[in-house]
Amino acid sequence: MNILSLFVLIPLLMMAGLFFAARLKQIRCVVTVGASLLLALAIGLAVAYLGKRSAGQTAEMLFTADTVWYAPLHIHYSVGVDGVSVAMLLLSAIIVFTGILASWKTEFLPKEYFLWFCLLSVGVFGFFISVDLFTMFLFYEVALIPMYLLIGVWGSGKKEYSAMKLTLMLMGGSALLLLGILGIYFFSAAAGVPSMNLLEIARTGLPVEAQRWLFPLVFTGFGILGALFPFHTWSPDGHASAPTAVSMLHAGVLMKLGGYGCFRVAIYLMPEAAQELSWIFIILTGISVVYGAYSAIVQTDLKYINAYSSVSHCGLVLFAILMLNQTAMNGAILQMLSHGLMTALFFALIGMIYGRTHTRDIREMGGLMKVMPFLGACYVIAGLASLGLPGLSGFVAEMTIFVGAFQHADTFHRIFTIVACTSIVATAVYILRTVGKLLYGPLRREYLQLPDAAWHERLTAILLITAIAGIGVAPLWLSDMIGESLSPIIEHLQ
Amino acid sequence: MDFSNFTYLQEELSLIGVMVLLLIYDLFGSPKGLKHFQWVACLLLGLHTVWHALPGTGTEGSAFGGMYLNFPMGNIVKTILNIGTLLVFLQARNWLESEKTVIRRGEFYLLTLSTLLGMYLMISAGNFLLFVIGLETASLPLAAMVAFDKYNNGSAEAGAKYILSAVFASGLSLYGISLIYGTTGTLYFTDIPAHVTGTPLQLVAFVLFLAGLAFKLSLVPFHQWTPDVYEGAPTGVTAYLSVVSKGAAAFVLMTILYKVFGGLIHQWQTLLYGIIIITITLANLFAIRQQNLKRFLAYSSISQAGYILLGGISGTALGMTGLVYYVLVYMFSNLAAFGVITIVEQRSGKITIDDYNELYTTHPRLSFVLMIALFSLAGIPPFAGFFSKFFIFAAAAEQGFYVLVLIALLNTVLSLFYYLRVIKAVFINKNENPIRPFRSDNYTRLSLTICCLGILFTGFIGLIYENIHLFSFGS
Repeated sequence: MNILSLFVLIPLLMMAGLFFAARLKQIRCVVTVGASLLLALAIGLAVAYLGKRSAGQTAEMLFTADTVWYAPLHIHYSVGVDGVSVAMLLLSAIIVFTGILASWKTEFLPKEYFLWFCLLSVGVFGFFISVDLFTMFLFYEVALIPMYLLIGVWGSGKKEYSAMKLTLMLMGGSALLLLGILGIYFFSAAAGVPSMNLLEIARTGLPVEAQRWLFPLVFTGFGILGALFPFHTWSPDGHASAPTAVSMLHAGVLMKLGGYGCFRVAIYLMPEAAQELSWIFIILTGISVVYGAYSAIVQTDLKYINAYSSVSHCGLVLFAILMLNQTAMNGAILQMLSHGLMTALFFALIGMIYGRTHTRDIREMGGLMKVMPFLGACYVIAGLASLGLPGLSGFVAEMTIFVGAFQHADTFHRIFTIVACTSIVATAVYILRTVGKLLYGPLRREYLQLPDAAWHERLTAILLITAIAGIGVAPLWLSDMIGESLSPIIEHLQ
Repeated sequence: MDFSNFTYLQEELSLIGVMVLLLIYDLFGSPKGLKHFQWVACLLLGLHTVWHALPGTGTEGSAFGGMYLNFPMGNIVKTILNIGTLLVFLQARNWLESEKTVIRRGEFYLLTLSTLLGMYLMISAGNFLLFVIGLETASLPLAAMVAFDKYNNGSAEAGAKYILSAVFASGLSLYGISLIYGTTGTLYFTDIPAHVTGTPLQLVAFVLFLAGLAFKLSLVPFHQWTPDVYEGAPTGVTAYLSVVSKGAAAFVLMTILYKVFGGLIHQWQTLLYGIIIITITLANLFAIRQQNLKRFLAYSSISQAGYILLGGISGTALGMTGLVYYVLVYMFSNLAAFGVITIVEQRSGKITIDDYNELYTTHPRLSFVLMIALFSLAGIPPFAGFFSKFFIFAAAAEQGFYVLVLIALLNTVLSLFYYLRVIKAVFINKNENPIRPFRSDNYTRLSLTICCLGILFTGFIGLIYENIHLFSFGS
């Protein structure tokens, strides 16, 4: 049994366990045990991976396993990880764990809620371990569909509208993606050995004419999930309506599926087209970055602020990937991790605050620091990470991205880098404004009795903050691990 | 007299045997003894299915001078149809045991089996004559089945509509076949290809012939009968119409396109290209507006027929595999949906989407079944529908129909919208007057369990697809 398959098996077993669990205690027990196992597994994998690398194993993917699934179409169940996927698995495990802690108090149909939540994790983990295009796409879609019910049933606000919009837009993206995958398969089969395996297709290479139309398809398909302008509109509504843990998982991990897919499939398999056509997407992602940040400034709903900030930050991920050089891509992966952790922290905190104040409108809040110092302090830390304070993860990621982006000497890239940089200023504006309105100023009388965080809330926040600070203080082991895995992709590009 | 020819007809003969046994039972059974009719019918059909699904029972070859062909792929499709019919039988108890229909229950099983026999003949036909006999045998009893609930105006009207359109369509088809005979001088499938040259008359003949099957498949523009008939017919019959009858027609259409009109491949590909786009898109647009679940599933099944043909348009073995696999998965998914609708309609009389609001609180299991059935129809993983859609798209993409695949894919997003409408009703919407709790009978439970297992596991077992692929053929 391959260690990676455990990442899919454990959530499946959790689902089976949930099926038989009857009382709330049993349900909580099943999900907590499962999520802890996943977290331990992810940490163990990272350690084992680093060990294997330092022992001198240079294969592109480690821990590989391969089983034939559909022979006529060369579909295999094929798994393997490199440094990037290990990092993403670690991120997902942390977010799933904290997400479950954040939904500790779910009382309405808890069993069904966690069943869908586990299915979502199956998709997420499966996606990051897949090396086979079909398997990858399968898991990608598995991750999308539970969102509909999670938002529709357990969400708030105009949840039905948001859930439908989110599902249809993301499914539209996956329609483009499926066509792209079929195109990749048949064109590479015509050019060499037919295979659905990413590494083999990269080795064979695709004819440039095919790449020219496949690249935009695949990039847009994944980009929709990565909040690529103008297909980002599902994101604010979806995040605002989703229940806390789902927002965390969605903004924290699911949107990374988009970035990871762009980088692993679009750029890696179609390097020539990526160089030719990257300018179109640089413009679009540049707009995402700036537009998201400026939209966040005018929002008054905490979740909308954070959702638009996610558009901006995820736009930056795609923007950095399109720079097509080692430094910027390294930054992109770091930004995925950093944004995943901090946006999860944000959504968790917003959920906790909303659970107490029953409003998310910042105009109706103020002075919360006095009654809930722990939550307030955590919110400030998350905010500082978001605007890129040195010592926290945001700084490391954004710094690397902009340094990498500025390595391009031509005017086009430079102008867009500078434009994207302005988003940092806008970020500072909306973060500080929110923190000011939310936590300081006069306290409303009805909020005087509000309690501070409970144990599971504290654990969620502390865990995420530790990870954020960890990346910020000691980024080297992570960026080395990522950088090493990026080099074959960069070589491919040259 | 030489009886060796009959060894190829084992499956047909054993089906006739089942029919005769049931007929005798129906004629001579006491009213009390007839209560067991359902399980006897299911048991006999089940034995028949299992016997012919076992490897090594079908002998490959042709009988009666090439009139009748027995080939492995045909046997696979027959088995799929058998399973579908068996599932319909299992679901039939509820509506068949009602006061008005109970005395005629034997007829339902006999009529269904005789249409099944017609489909067998269509599949195994090696000559247009046998094909027409099969087509008519499969169509005419269906009209009686549609009008089965004859004191219900809707059912009677649906029966009349069905028979008129069916006869008109077979008339067109027959005219086409006569033109084919006129231009080629033969009706044998093996001899025609040598004479098919693509003259205008032959093209006219082909189009007319296609109309007959397009009617059975309810492709646009021959789809108008579908919603009315589906709505009026007893739900069990609707299920049979939408799955078994459609699956057989799709396969037969494809084999004839492959075998007989292989020379006109570019012409029929162009024709199908248009038909597929119109069928899928139009049906999806109409489905969005439906309130009655049977009409809703009628439009959904029209659009599914478009997807089924997507496998046929490639003209390759991969396409044939995709099509047969699609029919198999579609059968499980659609019968699961119809199973739920039948039992709910029977026990509560409710059939509109709004009636299904908040079904989840009173019927969690049925809701779950309905949900996975609809997700499977929409092509959402990890359900089998995703795999079947993928294979169909792969087959079409292999031949370079990328634009067509894109249109079909965007249509799946559209279809997801209306499938989600039902799921939303069941899980999210609130209802002051939800459907009351009731107990389902064991036969329905069994059939729904089989369907669910099919939906959940067919996709993960690569062997099923590979076995179908092993016997596929194409240009």
